[in-house]
Amino acid sequence: MRALPRRAGGAAVKRGLLFDSTKCIGCGACSAACKEQNGLPLPIEKETTAYTWTVVENHNGVNARRLCMHCLTPTCVSVCPVGAMQKTADGPVIYDSKLCIGCRYCIMACPFGVPKYQWDRPVPVVGKCVLCAPRLAAGKATACAAVCPTGATLFGERDALVREARGRIARAPRRYVDHVYGLDEAGGTSVLMLAGVPFGQLGMREDLPHEPMPMLTWRVLSQLPDGIAVGTVFLLGVHWITRRRVEVHRAEGGGPAATPHGPGRTEA
Amino acid sequence: MSVLPLAAHRPARPGFWTTVFFVILALFLVVAVVRFTRGLGATTNLSDRFPWGLWIGFDILCGVGLAAGAFTIMAVVHLFNIRRFEPIVRPTVLTGFLGYLFVVFGLMFDLGQPWRIWHAVVFWNPHSVMFEVAWCVMLYTTVLTLEFVPMVLERFGLERLRRILHHVNTPLVVAGVLLSTLHQSSLGSLYLIVPEKLHPLWYSPMLPVLFYVSAIGAGLGMIIVESYLSGRAFGRELEMDLLEPLGRAMVVALAVFGVLRLQSLAHAGALPLALQPTYEGRMFQLEFGMGVVLPIALLLWRRVRTSRTGLVTGATLAVLGFIMHRLDVSVTGLERASGARYVPTWMELVISVGLVAIGFAAFALAVRFLPVFPAHVPGARGSGADGAPPPRAGETA
Repeated sequence: MRALPRRAGGAAVKRGLLFDSTKCIGCGACSAACKEQNGLPLPIEKETTAYTWTVVENHNGVNARRLCMHCLTPTCVSVCPVGAMQKTADGPVIYDSKLCIGCRYCIMACPFGVPKYQWDRPVPVVGKCVLCAPRLAAGKATACAAVCPTGATLFGERDALVREARGRIARAPRRYVDHVYGLDEAGGTSVLMLAGVPFGQLGMREDLPHEPMPMLTWRVLSQLPDGIAVGTVFLLGVHWITRRRVEVHRAEGGGPAATPHGPGRTEA
Repeated sequence: MSVLPLAAHRPARPGFWTTVFFVILALFLVVAVVRFTRGLGATTNLSDRFPWGLWIGFDILCGVGLAAGAFTIMAVVHLFNIRRFEPIVRPTVLTGFLGYLFVVFGLMFDLGQPWRIWHAVVFWNPHSVMFEVAWCVMLYTTVLTLEFVPMVLERFGLERLRRILHHVNTPLVVAGVLLSTLHQSSLGSLYLIVPEKLHPLWYSPMLPVLFYVSAIGAGLGMIIVESYLSGRAFGRELEMDLLEPLGRAMVVALAVFGVLRLQSLAHAGALPLALQPTYEGRMFQLEFGMGVVLPIALLLWRRVRTSRTGLVTGATLAVLGFIMHRLDVSVTGLERASGARYVPTWMELVISVGLVAIGFAAFALAVRFLPVFPAHVPGARGSGADGAPPPRAGETA
């Protein structure tokens, strides 16, 4: 039983994965299952690409899975101009290739470097792990969790996974570094990780803010409607004042000043 | 008004710049075919580590910024009613209009699926800066078109239509200034979301403000450079009495930008990095020294500012510094975190250079066939008839 039991009665329970690096033997069954589940072409590449959505990397003898972290407040969802990326209530961050215009802002912005592009195709789309959203909808665990022979990848409800991760650290403090990766990174992720070495040594960023990244741009964007209103009034006001000045100047016989709107050139 | 040099005056043999233009155009078309049949990977040095390169950094970020003269001059003349700048409104609007066409055209090459560009109109995500950028490009291109069209209407004597547009002039100018403000700043906002990737010498919460202010300086600089180039190409005198005050305004914009830039570095604790002999440090020193400090220092001198060469040199430095700042934000500042060094392929360069060449050629054609320059400026037009070298397409380059 690799899936933790679902909390009874939980309406929109966000589910996720717990990857325990200390249990991973690097067999690569997760990558193979992912390929099959999502109809991706072989071979399994060394690092994640648009065609290989998860890999097991070996960092000095320590195995570390790479896959989409499925942020709770995903950067890719916030930056996509056409809403091709969406976070479902179930947990997965899914991608609708039919909407994508190919601006690649998601690839640019993702703090975990997850979305990848089909650079080799004339009609390219983005590729990334979607947490087996169709399987989740059918009540099944992700393909990678279902196939994992050692339970290194555990599927379940995120709250339960957090408790499980903390319990493991508490039970074996010398086996793990005291850090559940994904608990707070970039505002928290649906995929959590445990490891015996600092995550920086596994190629993971340890400097990510704990506030969701989309706040960085939303702080600015949310000001726009107010700013546009003030700006419109201000500019029209400036125009009104300066035009009046020209009219007064002309009324006082100040010479043939150009009309406020006039293309002065034709009248000169 | 609409007396134009006739095609018959032109020599049959194409000139040097015309030849250069057609060579570039031919290369451009070949690369365009490769781009759309083989994909981005075959044409560019872009990768998952470096998804945005020259086409975003130069074609989009610089194209939009260098078109900023249009909204600045429109505001000065039509909102602040400083009428003496009227003679440079039309060439500046033309530059802005062509600049935005350049950006839209360039975007077609960079987008993975450009034929879906209309998706931004239908599928909304107001949380995305890119969504704001898309709408600003669309709306401001429309505004610039409406500001440009009167030249065409005047050329063909469609007075009634021109008068209709004339009545909506003020709302149009207000919309143009607001949209430009949003658009210029939003290009900086694009990079707010990558604090962990963009080098501290370029990342700042102030990026939207920095992009806006630098665009005003660069836009003014472009007016001076563009006046100089078209002056050379069309045998016109430089309107030094108008350009010198613009030079002063540019110095102020550059100075405000410089202060903001140093402040944001200080707040980020990145000032010491600016002096280090690292790759990023050197690029910053070049960008800031050449593009901000030097033009300010030069143009503060009255004698430099009032001399044609001095003014044009200062403006050129400011424009180059601006381009460098945008490329540093979009390329240099991201290299270290990405773990990849990005150098554009020759094909990426051909597309960018080709777009510039097409822009210059379009400007030259517009000047030839449309009432762009005021008639009362000596030598404004008809120079082809009085023995001076006649203007040719692409001559402005």
